[in-house]
Amino acid sequence: MLEIRNLVVKIADEDKQILNGLNLTVNAGEVAAIMGPNGSGKSTLSYVIAGKEDYEVLDGEILLNGENLLEMEADARAAAGIFLAFQYPLEIPGVATMTFLKAAMNAQRKARGEAELLTPDFIKQVNGAADKLGIDREMLRRPLNVGFSGGEKKRMEILQMALLSPSMCILDETDSGLDIDALRIVAEGVNALRAQNRGFLVITHYQRLLDHIVPDTVHVMSKGRIVRTGGKELALELEKSGYASYGEAA
Amino acid sequence: MAIITPLKTAAEQQLVEQFANIKAELPGAGAMRKVREDAFAGFEAKGLPHRRLESWRYTDLRNLVREAMPLVRRPTRPQAIADRLALQTIAGRRFVTIDGVFSADDSDLTGLPEGIRARSLAEALTESPDEVAAAFTAPEVARDDSALMLNAAFAQDGVVIEIADGIELDQPIVLLALGTGASEASIVSRSLVKIGAGAKVTVVELQESVGAAPVQINHATSFVIGEGAQVEHVRMVSRQRAETVQVQSLLVELGGHAAFDSVAVAVNCGVLRQQSFLRYGGEHSRAALRGINLLRKQEHSDVTLVMDHAAAHGESRELFKTIIEGEGTGVFQGKVVVRPHSQKTDGSMKSHALLLNDGATMFNKPELEIFADDVVCGHGATVAQIDAEQLFYLMARGLPRPQAEALVLAAFVGEVADFVSDEGVHEIVGREIDCWLGQREGAPKPGVA
Repeated sequence: MLEIRNLVVKIADEDKQILNGLNLTVNAGEVAAIMGPNGSGKSTLSYVIAGKEDYEVLDGEILLNGENLLEMEADARAAAGIFLAFQYPLEIPGVATMTFLKAAMNAQRKARGEAELLTPDFIKQVNGAADKLGIDREMLRRPLNVGFSGGEKKRMEILQMALLSPSMCILDETDSGLDIDALRIVAEGVNALRAQNRGFLVITHYQRLLDHIVPDTVHVMSKGRIVRTGGKELALELEKSGYASYGEAA
Repeated sequence: MAIITPLKTAAEQQLVEQFANIKAELPGAGAMRKVREDAFAGFEAKGLPHRRLESWRYTDLRNLVREAMPLVRRPTRPQAIADRLALQTIAGRRFVTIDGVFSADDSDLTGLPEGIRARSLAEALTESPDEVAAAFTAPEVARDDSALMLNAAFAQDGVVIEIADGIELDQPIVLLALGTGASEASIVSRSLVKIGAGAKVTVVELQESVGAAPVQINHATSFVIGEGAQVEHVRMVSRQRAETVQVQSLLVELGGHAAFDSVAVAVNCGVLRQQSFLRYGGEHSRAALRGINLLRKQEHSDVTLVMDHAAAHGESRELFKTIIEGEGTGVFQGKVVVRPHSQKTDGSMKSHALLLNDGATMFNKPELEIFADDVVCGHGATVAQIDAEQLFYLMARGLPRPQAEALVLAAFVGEVADFVSDEGVHEIVGREIDCWLGQREGAPKPGVA
């Protein structure tokens, strides 16, 4: 499903190279975790897949179901099936949450050549998904993410993920800033979306999130590369030993 | 020291001739005649405002007005005016001027509820010139303003509205100023709005033009607001020719315990100077001046305002949002003056601009002049581009770039537009904003969202 080959990336305006020939494959139906210390390039990887412009790709390719994502703008990648749940979801004052959700859903439908959603269907879908995530209606009436707590913002990300129904979900440190209860709600939301035709890339520092979202594969990232790959037990091992043996301090 | 002999520009000389030729015909005898003579003498001494005057630094009227166009005397009423009037429907009482001249036929003069009086300025000046003349006295902070002097000298008509004490209107008063643009001409008008103690009113001013010819407009609206009155004010200057040069002055004298909330919108405004002078005449009053300026091509909008806290316990709020693309120029010069005895003044002034490309320019100049020691006053000004992080977030959810930009820009100015509480007026303002955003290159067609 998602195939990354020899990806070399630097920050656009600097000489700083972040990803150094990274290779990674996530198959349909697979939940892959990427663990690694601060500064190993985990968030950069998620941004580069989603199409953020602050980076320059020097070499390599990113394919989603055989399509080259690097040739697309961020919106086209979203329409192709990429969804990035942000580590720090943006507050957008003045944009009503419902307006945004409808615009996003319809933009993707349009890109896929489907008809626009009718308002009653849209509201029904949103309310149904919101209820499952414990998002109350009052939150949906507020401007997007404005004044939301850390937990509310993350739940809003998962709500969007559920509504947009992407084929490849990337979760960038979704556990950061969450207390145990919020973590459980978010993880349940993610688990409910696990499906045969959908891949997940779960980026995290800690093993804690992986207790709730149990991965099929765990990759260890260091200095812009995947340095080790294993099963879910690898996460537990890292929790004990830290990242020191991978040439970086935790 | 060298003696500087003021040389008159061609336009200034033309204005001298125009005034000599026309002054006998302008409405208002007695005290009004003197007001006009004095105002014009003041103008002659100063000339047109120019960039070496601090308050006109960014809008060089002397340079912009190379030639004084002839004053419109008896405007025509082309079909385009009738068409526009038919389309411009806001629930409320409508009073219309065409090229600055009151049009009784197009105004809602019959069946006015008790407590509202409406007439033309020309009529008011004929009926009670001395009383009306007093309303032309410039506020202290604007006494040197020669554009306002020209307005007092030449204003031939406008609308005079008087609201009695305690009157509450649930629909707005709409002052619709239409320009015919039939020929190159100058339009000078003044409207007077007097609001009685405890009254509650919304006054909307819409300034539009329908024709092809550029014009010079010098309009002023003076508000006198009684004790405890609550006034909402909306002014929208739109649909102007690019070459039209316009000065819009807003003069407000605010009584004690009163409130004045204004939103001024400029969209497709040509070259526009919006100057506001607000004086707190009584204690415990609250005023807010807010605005939206949407500029492209060579459009220019200069927002200059003075909040004169001449009484204690006053609150002032200013919030201006400007979006500029092409080679447009935006100006914000805001000054909060706190007089020595005006303790407990609370002032906050903000101007935020988004520049969408390299050729766009914004000048921000907030000023505080504080002579009292127990006050809270602050200001903030920003000039930025569209937030790249916000754009990426929206695009990562599938919104194409133009649509994502439109959403961010609409939200940026929406914060001010949402202060317009009358639904019908909010809708009209929103429509002009959407229309402007929709004219951006690559903008999404309406209905996509």
